Amino acid sequence: MTDPDASQPRRTPLTAVHERLGATLTDFAGWLMPLRYGSELAEHRAVRTGAGLFDLSHMGEISVTGPDAAEALDYALVGNLSALAPGRARYTMICAPDGGVLDDLIVYRLGGEEFLVVANAANTGVVYEELRQRAGGRAATVSDQTADYALIAVQGPRAAAILAPLASIELTGVKYYTGRAAQVAGAATLLARTGYTGEDGFEIFARPGDAERLWAALSEAGSGGALVPVGLAARDTLRLEAGMPLYGNELGPDVTPFDAGLGRVVKFDKPGDFVGRAALAERAQGVPRRTLAGLAGQSRRVPRHGYSVLWDGQARGTVTSGAPSPTLGMPIALAYLDPAVARQADGDGARGRLAVDIRGSAEPAVLVPLPFYRRPADRG
Amino acid sequence: MTVPPGLHYTPEHEWVAIDGSIASVGITDHAQRALGDVVYVSMPAAGSAVTAGEPCGEVESTKSVSDIYSPVDGEVTEVNEEINDDPGLVNADPYGAGWLFRVRLATADGQLPPGLLAPADYAELTKDTE
Repeated sequence: MTDPDASQPRRTPLTAVHERLGATLTDFAGWLMPLRYGSELAEHRAVRTGAGLFDLSHMGEISVTGPDAAEALDYALVGNLSALAPGRARYTMICAPDGGVLDDLIVYRLGGEEFLVVANAANTGVVYEELRQRAGGRAATVSDQTADYALIAVQGPRAAAILAPLASIELTGVKYYTGRAAQVAGAATLLARTGYTGEDGFEIFARPGDAERLWAALSEAGSGGALVPVGLAARDTLRLEAGMPLYGNELGPDVTPFDAGLGRVVKFDKPGDFVGRAALAERAQGVPRRTLAGLAGQSRRVPRHGYSVLWDGQARGTVTSGAPSPTLGMPIALAYLDPAVARQADGDGARGRLAVDIRGSAEPAVLVPLPFYRRPADRG
Repeated sequence: MTVPPGLHYTPEHEWVAIDGSIASVGITDHAQRALGDVVYVSMPAAGSAVTAGEPCGEVESTKSVSDIYSPVDGEVTEVNEEINDDPGLVNADPYGAGWLFRVRLATADGQLPPGLLAPADYAELTKDTE
């Protein structure tokens, strides 16, 4: 349903391709994105068993360059980016002075004085503004280059085999959480071994003008059924099974990295001050306000974002993400729980005491370790 | 999107087929497309009463959940047990193997409740939306 008065969502360099493929398109964070091409369950399973092809061009790319680029990022973000070796990538966050999460990020160090910060589409403007202000007074240039990049991901156990014949470099040399310049199908790219699916895979940053050709080359290399295009619906269930947080669900300005169980990304031992340090140091010492936990539903009804988690019939938590897990065949959910409940629910006596209020009926649930899904160790 | 002739439709995207005093109920092709892959359908129990316009079940998909509104008044005589084992039937064949339940109409003369839509009207209702 389109509101004729609403401004049109932005198109990616691949939107026309999705339209030709018959995708169901949706407005996501101001971008017209593929929700699904056919069956999102089939797309999900393809990524777990073969490979999936994703258009992620809505993600924000912000470059931070200059002699003080590393120092500027150390101050602006919670991570220790000056310690990151060129060619490496790091999962990190940008926090407000009160410790609340403004976004979660992947930062690639492309060179000694050159970083690429990848932000969520909905937060790119905020991240860019914050980085610009926080870099003020330093010899560092912050530039929003989102429009200069198409981002294509190939994810799944077959991803490396499909990509290898097209890549100008040996993929065995591209380790997890690294990225380097490479030609893919003749196009200049930043080729990174990162992803958001719980599988091995690659993210390919390319020029917008090369995007359609790259997509076609990858589709051709994966033809024969191993590679299918995958939309945002399956991307969400893939990341949920992998226990990865989503900004707006598990993360937000009222959540600190410690609440989300991601306190390890906050590097107090790095040199110098950083935005949020004092508030985060307090949170690191104190009792957590809440604990992010994994739930498995014991009925077929599915816990959804915003539903209450019940302990002995009392609301003691809130579901942040929930879905029927295609891989596990049961409903799964991430939820913030009262820490006392999270501790007790982990014990033997918890049976029958934990439930989710699913539209007025208490559906039994159990606490399960995260991630819900881990790829088999004998596969890359 | 298909809107078969010979069926009645609700604005909430159910279809109903009348055969004498028995009504078969399902969700439309438009509905299954909008929902995405159906993973579970909660249906009224056989023997229970349903009321036109009232929720009587739920369709869960990967992304969302929607109420099923009964298009008619009556007593549920049968539910499609195959949906429990293969909810994907609702996507694959919404007007056929994906039917949900059957109702013995409360009105002996087969008169239908007001508010049901003819195929052309339902097609008109859904033509501008995905």
